[in-house]
Amino acid sequence: MKTRLKNKTIPGFGLSLGITMAFVSMVVLIPMFSIVLQSSALGWSGFWKTVFDARVLASYRVSFLCSFIAASLNCFFGVMLAWVLSRYRFPGRRIIDGMIELPFALPTAVAGIALTALYSGKGWVGAFFADLDIKIAYTPAGITIALTFIGLPFIVRAVQPVLEQLDPVYEEAGRMLGASPARIFRSVILPEIVPALLTGFGLAFARALGEYGSVIFIAGNMPFKTEIAPLIIMSKLEQFNYGEATAVALTMLMASFVIMFCINVVQSRAARFVKE
Amino acid sequence: MRTKANTWTARALIGASVLFILVMLALPLAMILSEALHAGWSAYWKAISDSYTLKAAHLTLTATAAAVVLNAVFGLAAAWAITRFEFPGKRLLTTIIDIPFAVSPVIAGLVFILTFGRLGWMNPILTAYDIKIVFATPGIVIATVFITFPFVAREIIPVLEARGNDEEQAAALMGAGFFTIFRKITFPHIRWALLYSVILCTARAMGEFGAVSVVSGHLRGKTNTLPLHVEILYNEYQFTAAFAVASLLAAAAIVILVARNIVEYMVKKEDGGHVR
Repeated sequence: MKTRLKNKTIPGFGLSLGITMAFVSMVVLIPMFSIVLQSSALGWSGFWKTVFDARVLASYRVSFLCSFIAASLNCFFGVMLAWVLSRYRFPGRRIIDGMIELPFALPTAVAGIALTALYSGKGWVGAFFADLDIKIAYTPAGITIALTFIGLPFIVRAVQPVLEQLDPVYEEAGRMLGASPARIFRSVILPEIVPALLTGFGLAFARALGEYGSVIFIAGNMPFKTEIAPLIIMSKLEQFNYGEATAVALTMLMASFVIMFCINVVQSRAARFVKE
Repeated sequence: MRTKANTWTARALIGASVLFILVMLALPLAMILSEALHAGWSAYWKAISDSYTLKAAHLTLTATAAAVVLNAVFGLAAAWAITRFEFPGKRLLTTIIDIPFAVSPVIAGLVFILTFGRLGWMNPILTAYDIKIVFATPGIVIATVFITFPFVAREIIPVLEARGNDEEQAAALMGAGFFTIFRKITFPHIRWALLYSVILCTARAMGEFGAVSVVSGHLRGKTNTLPLHVEILYNEYQFTAAFAVASLLAAAAIVILVARNIVEYMVKKEDGGHVR
């Protein structure tokens, strides 16, 4: 009854849902359906052979490992930045706060060539490490740096609002009871930010897994060593090997959906916790 | 109030954060500028006034504008349908809208090749009507729309949800039509949120690389966007030219960042006045 009344009084139901469904089908549903169609054409044996090929397996390892390390590094630096931005007032704070989204606004290809120039043997940072006999560009370390760059805003922007809304009363109580700053952080603040941190970690990790533009320049793209999974898809596409490209894409998609599912579980649990 | 040890911790944390931002975000920007002006102003000017660069800039502007407009139409329609009406499958619809966030740009390009490409299952229909999507501008636009799909809807839905629809219901009962209600009642409340999401959408659309790279076919002067042009120049070892074009994109990114911060401030101000 209520539903009908609601749908009847305000006009524009047919129009808005019609436009929405047209876009959703054209842009998302029909194209995503093509993936299923194409991979079923490949058949099981072809699918297994592609997905478990040694070179493809190596690319998953590079992608997952570098993305995981990058997202973990971002947890550390992201919480530090979120903390500093929400708790302290200092000259230049607004500029730093505004710059956090730079990795998001800067085209990935631009970020890619800039980071490569910076971390190659002749670059400003790369030359410094080259003296210590450490190579960064064209190694997994370079990939990790590019992915850290890309993922930074996700963690900072997930944690920052939680820290801003945290009631200082609890910290005060902890301090009155004689807890050290480290203890207060671990026992009072950390439990509060963990759900947001996990969400940010998941988003950064998922983004890093699929990232292409900023990585391919700095990666060097050596098979078995610095070849990422999206690049495998790309090179199979360039050889017009659509079946195998789709098989690898499907595996990566499943990984992303599992991550997204985990984020949703974390979020709904956190929401329930707050409600109770 | 704060103890001496505490201010020392604060200083260390602020210092570490500033250093991190300088190395991670500011240095790459400085590197772009330094490399772009490496061979002097005349070389810089020559690179950015090159006819291929201008054509690429033109295509990037066209595709970005088209994608942003399409996305704004979709986002408003979806937000209206989802927040103003009850219908079965609403939760599923919001999940589907979020799918593009979980998909790698390379895979986003792949799905359009599989659908509209030469071997795609919709190809017979497209050739019958002589429509070219893949390796042409429509393909670039639709891939960009996919990548930026959730932006507008995700930004508008919470704003409309928080406001409820009493005012719209009252207006409808007094006989106002859809466009009158939207223009006079709903739009004034969401204009800053809409502008904010359009800015985010522009940033992402302008710089999209992976998805566009797959569907464009890299035809110089025809289907080459600015980010793709950067890649081509870089791979041809025309580093100065590559960084010169990259500096244009970086400048656009900085303008977008500044605009984002201004609009975010306006959104917060408006929120404070109405909701919280």
